Amino acid sequence: MDRAIAIDVSRLCKSYESHKAVDDISFQVYSGEIFGLLGPNGAGKSTTLRTLITLLHPTSGSAAVFGHDTVREADLVRTLIGYVPQERAIDRFLTGREHLELLGALYHLSKEEAAKRIDELLTLVDLNAHADRPAKTYSGGMKRKLDIACGLLPNPRILFLDEPTLGLDVQSRLRIWEYVRMLKARGLTVVMTTNYLDEADQLCDRLAIIDGGKIKTLGSPAELKIALGGDIVSLTLKETDRTAGLEAALKHQPAITSVRTTDKGLDIRVESPEKALPAILEAANRLGCSIEFIQYNRPRLDDVFIAHTGRAITESVPQAEST
Amino acid sequence: MEHYWQEIGALTMRWVKRLSREKFSMLFTLVQPMLFWLIFFGNLFQRTADVQVTQAPNYISFLAAGVVVMTVLNNGLAGGVDLLFDKENGFLERLMSTPIHRSSVILSRFLFVMTITSLQVLVILGVAFLFDVHPATGLLGVATILLIGMMFGVGLTAISMAMAFSVKSHGDFFSVLGFLSLPMIFLSSALVPLAAMPGWMSFLAKFNPMTWAIDAVRPLILSGWSEALPHVGMVVVVMLVFDALCLYGGAKAFRRAMG
Repeated sequence: MDRAIAIDVSRLCKSYESHKAVDDISFQVYSGEIFGLLGPNGAGKSTTLRTLITLLHPTSGSAAVFGHDTVREADLVRTLIGYVPQERAIDRFLTGREHLELLGALYHLSKEEAAKRIDELLTLVDLNAHADRPAKTYSGGMKRKLDIACGLLPNPRILFLDEPTLGLDVQSRLRIWEYVRMLKARGLTVVMTTNYLDEADQLCDRLAIIDGGKIKTLGSPAELKIALGGDIVSLTLKETDRTAGLEAALKHQPAITSVRTTDKGLDIRVESPEKALPAILEAANRLGCSIEFIQYNRPRLDDVFIAHTGRAITESVPQAEST
Repeated sequence: MEHYWQEIGALTMRWVKRLSREKFSMLFTLVQPMLFWLIFFGNLFQRTADVQVTQAPNYISFLAAGVVVMTVLNNGLAGGVDLLFDKENGFLERLMSTPIHRSSVILSRFLFVMTITSLQVLVILGVAFLFDVHPATGLLGVATILLIGMMFGVGLTAISMAMAFSVKSHGDFFSVLGFLSLPMIFLSSALVPLAAMPGWMSFLAKFNPMTWAIDAVRPLILSGWSEALPHVGMVVVVMLVFDALCLYGGAKAFRRAMG
């Protein structure tokens, strides 16, 4: 790979007493990409993220950010990263601007430098009008925007987002996705955790599916779907007595990868549906199989998840916040 | 070093801002429930309390030292509450992901709690003054009282913060807090001198650092320097040991929670 490596995780383990939260995982994040850690609650993705932002020490193995070890060079790493924790990490009594000013001091910015950066960030996340109101008056989406502004204040090279759209309504989610894409366009590397499949699919350049503290698979959403073996054409046949004959006829067609008999007909995995469908119909016609129903499914990330973890991801439907 | 001060300054100002945003809370912080002890309890037991036993001109002047140290106790034990909330809502994590010195957060909390406690002690002494309790050792005595209060407060705040970092939920925190504070008060010389207590209670009270603090504050208010100085000397030694133990435990809890 000729791309610059932003994060290098090597054989990372983190145990709590006898429980292994993260169990020997290794991966790399390339500079300038959006990298997702996808998994159900308790899968180990937050533990991994907390290790990367220097808040947890690995039990064994190591993690490096732009070549700097997260334990031995923690202070240096902290100057390179921005962190956006979950939504509630906000002080209700402080205004948006005061949050940013506090962080400005903690990153040791001068008053002038901080003021300049704060103005830019408030404009960027469109919070100028509300900057001097206490955060307790903010909506969920506004709090999230403030969170992101806080994460960007140090002018980081990598931004870490922990469940960036958890509990947000649909509009706010789309808004946050827009910001993340914009940050990527500005050259920032983004690492995020999520348990929303659609979010990982839409937003991430590459993602790792984590379950039980291990990485089950890693790649771009498209690669992961293709790796399942392509799209599926399901045939429901009127009479099932000629199924075997049709299966044999289809098996060695060029655009078809595999054929499997089901109780109603056939499941056919195809490389390209454009080429496969005419061939399937032609063969069925020739053998006199009358088709009752054709269903065509493109694999979704859900299928990838199920294929690698053996179960569906829980809470994959976002619940809108009621406030 | 300059960075360190910038961090502590900003974090301390955060606590101040939070308090100033809650007008009611600020009012009740200064006009605190502890005043009721002094005003109501002090006057209520005026005639019941035996002057021969208390060795003070009246009960309220006897009680003043106790209420001062009770204020320190309550503030100190509650000193970790805001950090507990910061820990629970993730704000602490946000602070810890910045390149600050790990101790800045803690130090800012000490600074804030000590300042508020000192102000409250001054309010208590001011109200006591209105009831004709005039500190026998004057302003220097008041300064000494504040110093004793701070020495006791540092240890208590450290215990509170250690608890905040260790407990699973804030329900646990408040249960322990409520459980600790009353025995600490009753098993001390706050309300009655040790000599007037049942033997087993006065025995236990001798191991309570609060007793030592009160026994030093009381002569500063009632008697004068000659009687107070030995007690002040003693309490400084007791508090140094107390603080050292509490800070050691607090640092351990902090490191465990942050490691």
